[in-house]
Formats: sequence, C-alpha cells, structure tokens
Amino acid sequence: MINDKYYYRHWVIMGIITAVVILYVCRLFYLQIIEDKYRRQADSNALVHRTKYAPRGLIYDRHGQLLVFNQPAYDIVVTINEMSKTGGCARFCRDINIDWEYYVDRMSEIKNVNTNRGYSRYTPQIFMTQLRMEDIAQLQEVIHSNHPGFAIQHRTLRDYTYPNAAQVLGSIGEVSQNDIEKDDYYARGDYAGRDGLEYTYEKDLRGEKGEEILLRNSRGRIVGNYAEGKYDSEPKAGTDITLTLDIQLQILAENMLQGKIGSIVAIEPATGEILALASSPTWDPALLVGRQRSKNYNILSNDPTKPLMNRALQAQYSPGSTFKTVQACVALQLEAITPNTTYPCSGPGSAPIKCTHHHGSPVSLLNAIEQSCNPYFWLAYKNTLEKKGYGKNNKDFKAQYNRWRDCVMSFGLGHKFDDSDLYQQSRGSIPSAELYDKWYGATGWKAITIRSNSIGQGEVQITPLQIANAAATIANAGYYITPHLNKADSMLTRRHDTKVDKNYFRYVQEGMWRVFEYGTGRHHKIPGINMCGKTGTVDNNHGRPHSLFIGFAPKENPKIAVAVVVENAGYGATWAAPMASLIMEQYLTDTIARQDLKQRMVTSVTNPNVKKYQ
Amino acid sequence: MYERRVKYAIDWFTVIIYLILVICGWISIYGASHTFEQTELFNFDYRSSKQLVWIAGAMIIGVITMLIDYRFYEQISYLFYGLMIIALLATPLLAHDIKGSMSWIVIGPVSIQPAEIAKVATALAIARFMNSYGYRVNSLRDLIIPAIMLLVPMFIIMVPQKETGSALVFASLILMFYREGMTPVILLLGVAAVIFFVITIAFAEATLPLGTGTWGITACMIMLMIICFIYVYHWLKLPRFAFILAGINTAIAAIALTVNIWLNVNMQYVSIAIVLFDAIYTALLGIAHNKRDTIWIAVFAIAAIIYCLSASILISKLKPHQRNRIMVTLGVIEDRAGQGYNVNQAKIAIGSGGLWGKGLGSGTQTKLKYVPEQDTDFIFCTVGEEHGFVGTTFVLLLYLTLLIKLIIMSERQKDNFSRIYGYCVTCILFFHLAVNVGMVIGLVPVIGIPLPFFSYGGSSLWAFTLLLFIFLRLDAARLDRL
Ligand SMILES: [Zn+2]
Repeated sequence: MINDKYYYRHWVIMGIITAVVILYVCRLFYLQIIEDKYRRQADSNALVHRTKYAPRGLIYDRHGQLLVFNQPAYDIVVTINEMSKTGGCARFCRDINIDWEYYVDRMSEIKNVNTNRGYSRYTPQIFMTQLRMEDIAQLQEVIHSNHPGFAIQHRTLRDYTYPNAAQVLGSIGEVSQNDIEKDDYYARGDYAGRDGLEYTYEKDLRGEKGEEILLRNSRGRIVGNYAEGKYDSEPKAGTDITLTLDIQLQILAENMLQGKIGSIVAIEPATGEILALASSPTWDPALLVGRQRSKNYNILSNDPTKPLMNRALQAQYSPGSTFKTVQACVALQLEAITPNTTYPCSGPGSAPIKCTHHHGSPVSLLNAIEQSCNPYFWLAYKNTLEKKGYGKNNKDFKAQYNRWRDCVMSFGLGHKFDDSDLYQQSRGSIPSAELYDKWYGATGWKAITIRSNSIGQGEVQITPLQIANAAATIANAGYYITPHLNKADSMLTRRHDTKVDKNYFRYVQEGMWRVFEYGTGRHHKIPGINMCGKTGTVDNNHGRPHSLFIGFAPKENPKIAVAVVVENAGYGATWAAPMASLIMEQYLTDTIARQDLKQRMVTSVTNPNVKKYQ
Repeated sequence: MYERRVKYAIDWFTVIIYLILVICGWISIYGASHTFEQTELFNFDYRSSKQLVWIAGAMIIGVITMLIDYRFYEQISYLFYGLMIIALLATPLLAHDIKGSMSWIVIGPVSIQPAEIAKVATALAIARFMNSYGYRVNSLRDLIIPAIMLLVPMFIIMVPQKETGSALVFASLILMFYREGMTPVILLLGVAAVIFFVITIAFAEATLPLGTGTWGITACMIMLMIICFIYVYHWLKLPRFAFILAGINTAIAAIALTVNIWLNVNMQYVSIAIVLFDAIYTALLGIAHNKRDTIWIAVFAIAAIIYCLSASILISKLKPHQRNRIMVTLGVIEDRAGQGYNVNQAKIAIGSGGLWGKGLGSGTQTKLKYVPEQDTDFIFCTVGEEHGFVGTTFVLLLYLTLLIKLIIMSERQKDNFSRIYGYCVTCILFFHLAVNVGMVIGLVPVIGIPLPFFSYGGSSLWAFTLLLFIFLRLDAARLDRL
C-alpha cells in the first residue's frame, strides 16, 4: 500500500521511536559517564569497611610483672534501616538487660545528627560499647533471629593483674567528637586513653588499626571479602610499655594509705625513676572498664574525698618542716649561714616564731635540722633575705628574695616537670616577689612579713611528687633526673642541676641522718641502714595537722627517696615517718621485718569518709 | 498447509535480532541471579537455569507459530479475543495475590499471567476488525469499536487485577491508529495532556513569588496564553490583534500584581481569568473573520483549564504511594528510603557501571540485591552495571534496529491485517522498552512491566515470542498474497 496517503506517517513513528532511544542514550551517558556520585554511592552501598582493631600495648612494671593486658570485649552496633519495624524492643532490652528508658535515650542520641555527626540509617551505629562476655551471652544466641539490625562487634577491653595503681595507669574510653576532629586516626566508636599513662602513651599503646573491605548485600548480610581481600590491611599491635613502678612497693604504699587521705611517692634518685606513686582514696582500675565505666566514674567523681584526683601529682600542700632541708641548702649557698653558724632558741617562748621542741641553745645547723628548730630557720631565712639590707625601695631585699626563690625552684619545687610523662601535674607555688608586691605594695613587705615561708608554711605550696623529688635531689647532692614512669624512654632521663653547690649537701644529709638517729625519726630506723629523713607536721584549717615525711636511704649510696603526706592525721613522726620507713625497708630489703608496724599502718583509719572501691 | 517457500521468506534478520536479545537477556539474568558463592551453571534452583527452560519453550512456540497457516491467525482472532476476555475476567477469581497484583494464575510450579497473552489476542482482533471492508479509521465513529476492543481488556487488567502497568500497554496502540489515519489532533491532545499534567503536578508545591497560588497551574495558563497569541498571530494572521491581546494580558497581570501590594490576590486565579478572556477574545476574533474552526481553540483552552484544575485535585486524592511514585519521578520529592529507593538504587547500579561496566557477574549492586526485581523489571540495571554504557547502548540500539525493522516490514505488507498487526507489535514492544528503561533510569514513574525478551519469566517471554512470531509468519506469507 505504498500509495496509501498516510504512508508518510511511518516516518513520524520511526522518528518518535528514534528520539526516545536517543534521549535514553543521552541519559545513560549522563548517568554512567558524566556523573560520578553513583559510583561512590555504589561503593558505600556494597562495601563495608570493617575496622580490625589493634590489640593495645601491654603495661609491665620495672621487674617485668604484667600489670595491664587485654580481655575480649563486645560492642553492640545497630543499623537503623534494618531494624524490625514491628517492635521487639522490649525483648531486646530484656536480652541485654537494660531498661527501656536507656534504650530510648540511646536511640535518640544515635539519631541526633548534631551530636552524632556520622549518623546514617544505612551504616552500623554504636549502640553499646565495652561489654563483657557475660553481658552479651544471652543476646548473642538470639541476635540474628530476633533482633534484625543489631550486631555484635568484637573488641578488646583492659584487664588488670592487680587492683592497684589506678590513677597512674589511667583508663580508656570511647573517643569524643572532639578527638575525632583533632586526630583523623580516630573514628566513631574507637577507644582511646582518657587519663593517666593510657592517655600519655596513647600513640604507642594504640598500635595501628587494620581494615577489611567486605561485600554486603541489601539485607546487610556480609557475603565475602571484596577483591579477595586485596585491599585489606592487618592491624599492628600497640607497643608494650615497661614502667619504672615497682608494683610490690605500689601495693604496700596503697595498702598503708587505706582509710586515710594522702599520697606516697618513691623515686630512685640516681635515675629519676618513680618507684611508687600512690594516692588515696583510690579504686580498683577494673571498675572503670566496660559497661559499668560511666556509672562507676560518676560515683568516683561525686565522692567528696575526690578519689579521681591523683593527689601525688595534683594536691598542693605546705611542706612544713620537710622544707627546712631545702632551706638549709639555700641558706648555705647564699652564705646567710655557714655549716658552723649557731642561733639561740628559747623554745616555745621564741619570737616571732616559737619552737615546738625542747633542746639546748644555741643550736647548730645539724642540731636545728635534727630538732626541727623553727627559730633557727627563721633567723637563717631572715639573714638570707636581709643580708644585703633593703636598699632603695627594698631593691636589694627583693633581689635577694629572687635569688632565694630561684635556688628553691631549682630543686624542682613550685613548677611542673614539663619534660616528664606524668599526667596532669599541679604547679605548686614558690611565691614571686611580684605577688607580694601586689599584696602588700612594693615596699610593704619585709622578711618578717613572709616569715612563715622559713618553716615551709605560708605561701609555699608543693606537691608530694615535688617534695619527693627534692628529697632525691638532696640524696643526689645537688641534681635530679626528671621523675618519670616509662623505663624505656631515654628522652625522660634529663639531668637538672640545682643552684646549690654540691658540697653543701653533706651537711643537710648529715642533719637528716641525725633525724633518724636522734630526732623525730629515731623510732623508725631500720637497723643496719643509714637513713636520712625529715618529718613535717603542718597545721591547717581542716582539723588535725597533715603528717609529712621526706627521706632517702642508704645515706652513702641512696637507692630510694620517699615523700609521704597523710592529711589531717597528726604528727609527721606518727604516720608519715613510719610509712616512709616501711617503704624503704620493702624496697631495700625486699621484705618487711616490722610486720606489726605495717599492720598498724594498714589497718588504722584517720579519715572515716574514705571508701574502699574494690 | 505449509509451503516450502516459508523457509526462504522468513525474515532471518529479525529472527537473529530476537535471538541476540534473548541471549543477552539470559546473560543478564545469569549475572543478576547467581551470587558469589553460587557459580554452577546448571542448577535449577537458580533463575538463570530456569530461564533456559523458558527459552527452550519459547523456541518451540516460535517454530510452531511458523508452521501454522497464516490465515489461521486472522480466522481465530475474534474467538481468541473472546476467550482471552473470559480468561482475564476469571483470573482474579483464581489468582494468588502476588505483591498486590491479582494477575497471576499459579498452576503447580508455573505462574501464568494471562494479561501477557491478552496483548496478542487484542492486537489480532483489532487488526482483523480494522481490516474489514469499508473501514475508515479517520472517521471518529469507526474509531469507537477498536477503542472499545482496546479499553475492555485494559479495564479488566487495571481494575480487578490491579496491574496498572500491563493495562497501560494497550494505550500505546494509539500510534498504530495514527498510522492508520487517525487525526493527529488526538495524538497532540494526548501529548498536551501529558505536558499539562506533568507541569501542574511537578510545580504544585512551588509557591508564586508574589501573592498566593502555585506555579503549577499558573505555568500552564501562561502556556495557554502563548498558544492563543501564536494562534491569532500565525493562523488568523492578525498580528495587530495578537499584540493587543498580549497587551491586555500584561495589563491585567500588572494591575493584579499592583493590587497585591495592599490586598492578597491569588495570582493563580488571575491567570485562569486571563486565559478565559483570551479564549473568548480569540473565538470572537475567529467568528468576525469567518474562521469558525477558531471556536475549537477556545474549547481547548477552557478544557485545559478544567483539566489542570482536576489534575491538581486528582493528585491530592491519589493513594499516598501512587502520589509518591509520580512525585519521585517528577523530581518533586526526593525520597531515597521509600518509593524513591528502588529508582535510586537502580540509578546507582547503572551509574556505577561506567563506560565498560564491572564485567559479567561482578556487579556489586545487582548481585548483592540492592536493586529490587533485578532479574525481572529492573534487569536493565544489571546490563548497566556489568556492561557499562557500551552494554546499555548496544542493547538500546538492538531494540531500535528491531523496531525500525518491524516498521519497514509492516509497510511492506500487502494486506491491512498484517500491516496493522505489525504496527501493534511495534507499539507494544516500543511501549515496554520506553517505560521499562525509562523507569530504570528515572525518567518514567515506576510501572512494573518487563523488558521484552530480557526479563526473567516464562509468561512474558512466551507471550512476546508469540506476538513477534505471528507477525513473522504473516510476513513470510506476504508473497502468497499476490
Ligand atoms: Zn628550737
């Protein structure tokens, strides 16, 4: 029918068909060649990047005792899009043993894009972390059949050989949004050290995560490795760390501090290695692991005795009479006194500072240390500051004051050990002349104004670590190595010389030796060992005085320097001195002969508010 | 009665294209259905293996179709059509509800969709009717009976069987009617209806910058104003009056916008009022100049107003999932999780194929079952993902070649019956191709119809084979009709 008058219309129909096909080819060209987003979406659809978590580095004590290791742990993750639409939440709550409110809160937290920026309906979100085997045992059996969308992810948690050294070791927790933004190593759900050594050595301990790329079907089922695992990477385990701590010494220190508030710091003077760093109250580090972490953390942070505060590094005290050892060195160095200088003492009748002890008068330097004579150290301090008079506008006096301050601070007092690996130290304070100028006016203060400094009261504030380090400095006769915790890190063994000539130290050492022989420490001498020490009894506004002690032994070749602070316990000689002595005994003889004394220290309670967190 | 000639008269070119499409389809089903663990070829748990059985069946159907006398098809067409109507009516009573559709009859392991065969029967019956003596398609009266023959199965499939997609296929025969002499006005009205519908719906949510009302209807009204202007300017050849019309329109709009500063004027209704004015103005102008046909442009404008308003009301009355499908396709809403999920996943699968594709059996999207219906309605995704732009273009060009070839073959027929039937085949295949691929690449709403010869499933493959091979048989006999 070629002569059909509508024959031409077959061209129109061909044209329509051809036009549609051309339109579709153009559209396909756009979708497949030009637009790149579909390829990326396809990858995120089908490829699951599953992190292979690296086992965290282990932590050992100085003798190779394992302190911190890893235990298997589990996270529960949820993919919102794959969850059952018909409920089952109540059943889920029962299987994992959480209450309904927690479930609802957690779900709304997950879905809140403001706080959970990585949120997507299609990717697994962390629902709960750090669960132990027993927490998930019930859930694990039914998770696939009863709870679509939920999955269990294998992780590791920390575990501890000893229930000790919690503040030193620190703990790990889930990273915050802030951490993720600061360090792109982290992803949501990772753990990182939150405090203590776990925090300081995070980069060593964490190792390196590996990654596995898996293929996932639309129901969320993993069906195999992408490209036969060609792009997968294995995790690298974290570096193990050996500490300077002696765990037996640490345990003894913590046990003795039970029922008391205070701290004990022991340092090896020759190396600056911290042998013990105890703070009380404390807790079993296992309490901050896993699911009960946040609950226990809350309990600890709400305890009025502030167990979370590492008192050894953070508490600041007036050093009291223990400071006289440093004062003696500085007065000798600044030539305010000589080793032979004597001053008169009228006992309790002395002015402006009375003496708390009864002894002969006049006293020499060694006797003054032995007897902790307040008037001697006041007069020595006065002479130190006023040696060159006051000068115009007190200029000469202040210059002398600054010299004194520099010398004191060269013992590591009143400033942080910036080159140390210790976490969150307090600064302490040796007040500056500017501070007094502000308080009293440029000419408004004299030696007598700040007389309390002479006996370690007043504005002088130090931390237990600092005063222990001062003891180590005296033991070393003039220098200290930065106190530190990591035995392997040679960067930390930096020597700091004091501004006091090393020849002056033997007089102070001698005086401290006499404390154990004839003075306030004589009841706590270990037979056969030449011990040096100085007690301190610091009055304060919160009840009984703080009991302090610093010391080192043996005198001729010091192996250990110790500082002990027991808050509101009484005389230095009653609490701090015996504890320091026991620490030295344990470290030097590897055993305790005076079991009765030890028992008394361990069991006595000076503060009934201190709880035991085991 | 089988002549030896048939063998030589068979259009082998078409047969080969058919075979290539069936083979490509099977490869795609194989790529889509076998998973990473399952790699055996002949395990009848897999759809690719089952499809081999359907293909074998299709071959037998093809051969049998070619062996039957060509006159048989015309003779039995009414009977066949009648039986199919009965079968369609009976289907919902016997059918199992499969995903909300009542169109499948399940007999043992086999599911049959009578709607597929109904296309063949309807095409044959209409071709026979339009071949009857004295039939003139260009008279509207003669168009009514074929239209009814078309609408009856369409209605049965759409309403009791709830199979909208398969029902719409029948509408594609409008192209065949056009070829046979139907006035192009109906075709143009159809196109206008689609355009107005799309604009009204797509911009139904877009608020006008000033005053109240939405862009959807207003945009349609502006188009009608332009049509009136062009009509007066071009067909009535009265440029002066055309500009007067435009001036009045602009003035009304300007006044309305000015009033808008003090009072809220619904610009949507203002635009409708302008079009009403234009319609009357144009009609009067036509009468004044003795061109009475002009009345139709006024009727058209008023009908368009009513149509647009009804469309916007209709869309608000649709079931939410139907409205969503339309909205997603028109790009009004982006719903990646709900109705849009399928389309989005389909686009991701195709888009990730790139130029050369990921290779047979390596498509992650289709194989991992992100794409729904990946071996039936969304089979084209597998082609796109595994064989890339090269693969999709190749398949589209194969179809284009087949369709052009079918038109050429239809035109070489010596009798109306064969030609009309040929166009029916072309229209049905074209509609399936356009809607299926358009749906997969996000240009057409999601309407579940298979890709001819490609999609998995016996019913559709056998029905399309029958449809095509009847035409090949008629074509092979063309030399006998001298
Ligand atoms: Zn005295």
